[in-house]
Amino acid sequence: MSASLLEIKDLCVNVDEKEILHDINLSVNPGEVHVLMGPNGAGKSTLGFAIMGNPRYTITNGSVCFDGEDITEESTDKKANKGIYLSFQNPIEVPGISLGNFIRNALERKTEKKIRLWDFKKKMKSALEVLQMNPEYADRDLNVGFSGGEKKKAEILQMLMLKPKLAILDETDSGLDVDAVKTVSIGIEEYKKEVGGALLIITHSTRILDALDVDKVHVLVDGKIVTTSDKSLIEDINENGFERFL
Amino acid sequence: MAEEKTYVEDVDRSLYDFRNEDKDSFKLDEGLTPEIVKQISEEKNDPEWMKDFRLKALEIYNKMGVPDWGPSIEGLDMDNIVTYVRANTHMSATWDEVPEEIKDTFERLGIPQAERESLAGVGAQYDSELVYHNVKKEVADQGVVYTDLESALWGPHADMIKEHFMKLITPRDHKFAALHGAVWSGGSFVYVPPGVSVEIPLQSYFRLNAPGAGQFEHTLIIVDEGAYLHFIEGCSAPKYNIANLHAGAVELFVGKNATLRYSTIENWSKNMYNLNTKRATVEEGGKVEWISGSFGSHVSYLYPESRLMGRGARAEFTGVTFAGNGQNLDTGCKMLQAAPDTSSFVSTRSISKDGGISTFRSSVVITEAAKNSKSAVSCESLMIDDISQSDTIPAMDIRTADADVGHEAKIGRISDDAVFYLMSRGLSEEDAKALIVSGFADNVSKELPLEYAVEMNNLIRLEMKGSIG
Repeated sequence: MSASLLEIKDLCVNVDEKEILHDINLSVNPGEVHVLMGPNGAGKSTLGFAIMGNPRYTITNGSVCFDGEDITEESTDKKANKGIYLSFQNPIEVPGISLGNFIRNALERKTEKKIRLWDFKKKMKSALEVLQMNPEYADRDLNVGFSGGEKKKAEILQMLMLKPKLAILDETDSGLDVDAVKTVSIGIEEYKKEVGGALLIITHSTRILDALDVDKVHVLVDGKIVTTSDKSLIEDINENGFERFL
Repeated sequence: MAEEKTYVEDVDRSLYDFRNEDKDSFKLDEGLTPEIVKQISEEKNDPEWMKDFRLKALEIYNKMGVPDWGPSIEGLDMDNIVTYVRANTHMSATWDEVPEEIKDTFERLGIPQAERESLAGVGAQYDSELVYHNVKKEVADQGVVYTDLESALWGPHADMIKEHFMKLITPRDHKFAALHGAVWSGGSFVYVPPGVSVEIPLQSYFRLNAPGAGQFEHTLIIVDEGAYLHFIEGCSAPKYNIANLHAGAVELFVGKNATLRYSTIENWSKNMYNLNTKRATVEEGGKVEWISGSFGSHVSYLYPESRLMGRGARAEFTGVTFAGNGQNLDTGCKMLQAAPDTSSFVSTRSISKDGGISTFRSSVVITEAAKNSKSAVSCESLMIDDISQSDTIPAMDIRTADADVGHEAKIGRISDDAVFYLMSRGLSEEDAKALIVSGFADNVSKELPLEYAVEMNNLIRLEMKGSIG
């Protein structure tokens, strides 16, 4: 059966001995756009971290398959190199390496090939343009002193450059002003267009989704997926909130 | 989740740990007597005053005790240390004349490459003797003198050397300064005339080679009024099983309104006792900038001192220390502010791992005369695991109320969130940690010329190998 890119089965996840996610089932096909919505504290980010393998999140039951392979026990870096990307809600500041060098480093690891500096710079330049980022950000230390908006853009920039098969965007739109949301959306569209990858967009607002063809919407409440539907659900939630799912 | 564990006792230093057979080197008897010191003096063709100086220093050496306040140096047995080993070669003006075997050593240390990177001059020391030395023409044309100390003792600047040699660091300072005075050998002499700005850094690369040999090189740099110089000293030593001793001395004289930047990356083998002494004196309006990376060695005592003697003199010290398994690194710096309007700025980072001990010692003395002076000391420590140790011992002696003095100390660990973040972009755990540690040490790497920064980050990566668990 498994044509799906990401196949999550009966997934239970603990944080500090407490179960946060209960029996999650989720299936994303190549190129699909899924949206995971839900009220604060429902466990949306936990799902992203669990898929990516953050050691603070323990998978106690179930499995995660990617591209036909069981990656439940795989290390984070291996998952990344297989083509999963997690855009962080709070990107970490790492002094000592520039954003540009970091991306080049990560790309070379993923492709196991040396990348010519000239080619790399060209690609960086166009990705920076898409996101309306000042080119000097490429030379600045990774996320150090970036504003909230620039950090989020830098996450999308890395996504554009690394070209994952699946990108999980964790609250990428939170804390952004209208213009920044628009820019980030353009970046996401560019990813769809250029890479054709799948998306799992975690959000509790809907602004970022306006321009996207959404295939499925899941609502997560208290660690359970309570409903899955098509794009029309977004409008419903916009008008009525999550109340009827609680 | 599955965790990969690796247990590595020591890093793979094969890149740095290579040695040549010391088949035809000239060696003196082990142990230290006036006869040996005289023999050294004759062999080096010292002027008479230098021979007398050595013998006086030896007397002081024999009277003084070893320091009783820092890491243990019990493993040192001076009677078994061959104090003077010299490769059978003479000064060379061109790279072609350097013997193949020695060339190979330098080749692996990357000296020719560094020179290709258009650095000004190379004075590389092989054992106790300078074997290769070259100052690019344009630097010499500016009137800059960059030579080995031995031949300078007979050159046009002989009087200048006599006037300055071991006046800043005297044999009475401590036992190893006295030892240095008695047996010093090799090293560099640099003189920058008034108003001359040396655009490209001068660099010297020296290393120990023969088993049981100490190295006692002396660096004397005089930067005259209004001049500028960046001097880079790099060390790397191969690894041996018996104790090795390094007791060099660095004396820096910074004239009125002159600036001297002194950068070092030390990378000693893990059996080295590194008891180096470095000191600068700075006149009115002058500035000394120390950039220091301390890697390797079994035990280090290293506290470069800046003496701010003229109004408005400034000193900056930026350092990083990495103590791994079996290492006890006691490092820091001293600031003496003896004139008004002086300022000192200290920023150090220390990393300890696999049971390594890293101690940061600082001393700031502001005399009564140093009105309106400032001092800011900041040290940060990073502990990679639970079995390592990191201490901070700041001392301050402020004799005027009219001074602005600050001290700040921080200690931390590698953040799991940061490791996860980097791994989520495809970096291995080891590489993620090495990257974070390199970032922690970027106070120093940012100040170094690119090729040295790269080497330092390579060293960090080597030291971080096998740290997963």
